[in-house]
Amino acid sequence: MKKTVLIWLAIGLVSFVLLPWHMTEDGLYDATWMTDGVAATGLFSILAGQWWLAPAGLAILAAIVIQLAIDEPVKRARLTLGTAVAGLAFIALQGLIIVRAGPRIFETLFVSEAVMAGQPGMGAGAGICALALLFAATISLSQSDKGQGDAFVVSTIGLIVALVAIFVFFPVIHILVRAFEVDGGYSLTEFFPRFFSSDIWDLSCLISNRSCGVGINSLFLAVMTGAGTTLLGLSFALIFTRTDFRAKKLLRVLTVLPIITPPFVIGLALILLFGRTGTITEYFADLLGWEATRWLYGFWGIYFAQLLSFTPIAFLVLIGVVQGVSPSMEEASQTLDANRWQTFRFVSLPLMRPGLANAFLLGFIESLADFGNPLVLGSGYSVLSTDIYFAIVGAVADPAKAAILAIALLTLTLTAFMAQRMWLGKKSYATITGKADSGQNASLNPILKWACYCTALPWAAFTLVVYSMIIFGSFVKLWGINHGFTFDHYIRAFGIDFSTGRFSGVAWDSYFTTLTISSIAAPLTALVGLSTAYLLVRQKFWGKDAFEFSTMLSFAIPGTVIGVSYIMAFNFPPIELTGTSIILIIVFVFRNMPVGVRGGIAAMSQLDKSLDEASITLGANSFTTVRRVILPLMGPAVLAALTYSFVRAITSVSAVIFLVSAKHNMATSFIVGRVENGEFGLAIAYSAALIITMLAAILLLQLLVGVRRLRRSDRVQQIAKTA
Amino acid sequence: MKKLGMVSVAALLASGAVAWADELSLVCSAEQDWCDLMVAAFEAENPDTDVLMVRKSTGETLAQVRAEAGNPKIDVWWGGTGDPHLIAAEEGLSQASGVDTSELLGWAQNMAEISRGKTVGIYAGALGIGYNADILAEKGIEPPQCWADLEDSRFEGEIQVANPNSSGTAYTELATFVQLFGEDEAMTKLAAVGKNVNSYTKSGSAPSKAAARGETGVSIGFMHDMVKLASQGFPLKIVAPCEGTGYEVGAVSIIDGARNLVGAKKWVEFALSAEVQSRAPEVGSFQVPSNSNAQVAPESPDLASIKLIDYDFATYGSSETRERLLARWDSEVGDPNPQQ
Repeated sequence: MKKTVLIWLAIGLVSFVLLPWHMTEDGLYDATWMTDGVAATGLFSILAGQWWLAPAGLAILAAIVIQLAIDEPVKRARLTLGTAVAGLAFIALQGLIIVRAGPRIFETLFVSEAVMAGQPGMGAGAGICALALLFAATISLSQSDKGQGDAFVVSTIGLIVALVAIFVFFPVIHILVRAFEVDGGYSLTEFFPRFFSSDIWDLSCLISNRSCGVGINSLFLAVMTGAGTTLLGLSFALIFTRTDFRAKKLLRVLTVLPIITPPFVIGLALILLFGRTGTITEYFADLLGWEATRWLYGFWGIYFAQLLSFTPIAFLVLIGVVQGVSPSMEEASQTLDANRWQTFRFVSLPLMRPGLANAFLLGFIESLADFGNPLVLGSGYSVLSTDIYFAIVGAVADPAKAAILAIALLTLTLTAFMAQRMWLGKKSYATITGKADSGQNASLNPILKWACYCTALPWAAFTLVVYSMIIFGSFVKLWGINHGFTFDHYIRAFGIDFSTGRFSGVAWDSYFTTLTISSIAAPLTALVGLSTAYLLVRQKFWGKDAFEFSTMLSFAIPGTVIGVSYIMAFNFPPIELTGTSIILIIVFVFRNMPVGVRGGIAAMSQLDKSLDEASITLGANSFTTVRRVILPLMGPAVLAALTYSFVRAITSVSAVIFLVSAKHNMATSFIVGRVENGEFGLAIAYSAALIITMLAAILLLQLLVGVRRLRRSDRVQQIAKTA
Repeated sequence: MKKLGMVSVAALLASGAVAWADELSLVCSAEQDWCDLMVAAFEAENPDTDVLMVRKSTGETLAQVRAEAGNPKIDVWWGGTGDPHLIAAEEGLSQASGVDTSELLGWAQNMAEISRGKTVGIYAGALGIGYNADILAEKGIEPPQCWADLEDSRFEGEIQVANPNSSGTAYTELATFVQLFGEDEAMTKLAAVGKNVNSYTKSGSAPSKAAARGETGVSIGFMHDMVKLASQGFPLKIVAPCEGTGYEVGAVSIIDGARNLVGAKKWVEFALSAEVQSRAPEVGSFQVPSNSNAQVAPESPDLASIKLIDYDFATYGSSETRERLLARWDSEVGDPNPQQ
């Protein structure tokens, strides 16, 4: 272990001496700083007068000396820990105090010219030094008597905590403090009346026909969506794993389609089907002689759109869990003379609880943070996410109101999170134990089977209709008005000038940027999300609950708030990222990480701890155990995390709008611009192209990740043959 | 050694400045096609400058400019309704361009005067009423001619308009009513129209899109947006209200602290020139250009034939008036908790 610490410290020292401490104008990958003789590395910068960088270098040196000089391991570890933490604190402090325009506070203390000149954002040198100190600290912590003993675990926790602190808490605090802002200062007493105002929590819809406050509206919608998506997701998952339904492949495609759709497209398709002049509304109005109404606009419209959009997430979480329920338990139940309904109700269903709870939580939070659907279909039904958006970008910008609404939204999320924890309780849900397990999963009893068919299949048909309409819409001149066939939209978006070989279509730029950024973000998201899940399920450490909730935070906050807070936090040193592609990748990783976390937790709760213990007993360390035992059993969760983060990086709108720049424009911001401009054909053609791209990517991912083999075969009991 | 370090820091800053000189960072808040046309034309005139353009709505741009204040990544902000440009000028987020405005029409010069040169008018678009001809014919509703017609019960549940709290378009409508009828009368009239409104949308352009598809019968919005929808084939008809109407002025501003100030000034001069303003109709943008020598497209709503009010941007753009009017609108017209 001493060796590992020393290696990290050496890396830190080398980067302090050789790499540019600050950000270079040419970007991270451009190596011109090496040759043009302006290498402002940490060391040179100190010599040039930026003395405040010295503690970072000194801390590394001191830690190396401690490592080499002290023999007693616990004492060595403690001293190194202290030194490394002090070094990290100094790096953070100097970055926060001395910005581009000079020192932010203590102006009187700093008088030298170099301080007044300020400094640009941190660069590669600072980043690697901080990382080296962080690992030196965490490894030492694991060796001092307070630690857990496993350097890999402690280091991972340390890294994730640091990342969440920098990329979730640090920006979000920038906007949340606005909630306490009053004219000329901050006030805590002002906050409560504003927070508990009837605009947010009014309950009059229960007793009269007026609508409730936005908070209540959002809560009601989120509960309904969470319950609805979980139920639909469960139906689909049961059909896949417990029935001999024939067209499973087709169904599988239909279940993933909605998440790969830019949100407004579903809204538009629903309007064309169910709006006042929609095909289906008109058909029934003519048939039954009713007046065509605007029933779609309001709660029902948003609810349908959200069910359509978020059912796949519930499905992705549940399919792995439903597959994982061990046949032995079900067989044991049947041996004890339970019928198939009793087996399902009292054995299988309780074992699926982690999946159900996590699917509900995701649906709930997605619904709260959803922005596109309420915007298109909301009409008079106000929800928090759209109100927050317009409090920031509306005709009257009111960041304080936005912050208060955001806190209301976080309160709802926190409540749902606690409720979910209470419901799951402290029971064990492990069913994958590594013991011989050659049984067959019980098939569903007929009533349940038909109940599943009756909920899931109409839904699948509905999805199919909506998507056929979208594809149809991209090939007609003006969807809904002029249905003459045309290729024009595709040619405009994706035209290629063959004579010159140039990509002349208007969509190519943003298309390639989007694909590049999402391909980089997806594996990172899955990595961060699943490591977090591993820590939460498998490791015990102090502050675990708070840690778990903090990883959900970025997901629960509406994209608009995240977008604006990222600009506020990362437009200035110490970390200056606006206008780069890195900020887009980071925002995707930390916004979508919770899905990896939830899916990972659900899947990992089923893996019996004896598997890890067996591996550890045989001499493997935690890292090897994760890689060789846990990861292969996590196939569906890995796939869900990869798929979801890839797709969300392509389809997310609200966070991205503030962060895109001319060099790095994203597909959704392009599409929204076109829709705003009334160019539906082009927007839909682009969306259709994106849908096809994502579908191809998902199929490819499925091939790459492969199928997890839990048992010799995942057979379902063949009732028809035995009866 | 110390000297070398100092030199290296200076050189780093200098190299940064050079890297920015030939790049102009532009946020465009007009329609995408128009943005593309402008960029292509500007780059053709200034082959050394690479325009980095991204399209964002005015509200989003203002939010971004505010958040980036002190270290802006944007040089120049072109297009989009004038109010946010004026707010940016008022908050010191933009800087005077010092360009010559003598060729411009009165309302565009007015914009520059109010903001002390920080923002200049580039086009004007009048507010109007749009209606779906098919829907009104089917329901046997006589089309509207005046603002007052919208109070008539024949339009019950057929009118859609945006909420002025979130939409600049709807705020222009509110301010227009106040300037036409006086503040108290305006609130009464808006409340009467409100009885027929089926939905106050968040976005200003949503009502006209809904009317184009027949989701609502009548919409209030900017005429050039309606012209664009109608030219795509939607059965949308446009009415210039008989009492007269207000208008928006699209504007261009240079952001305070712009890294490429020279390029930004060049862009403003270019955007105000008659040649490039005459080209807007090529991409289906039918706003009225601000340069008096620019050609007006035949499809453009002819401002001469529309009774335009003398819109007072200074008064109605100020945050004080805005807050007062919106508070009155909330209590007397809009219903924060509508019936369902």
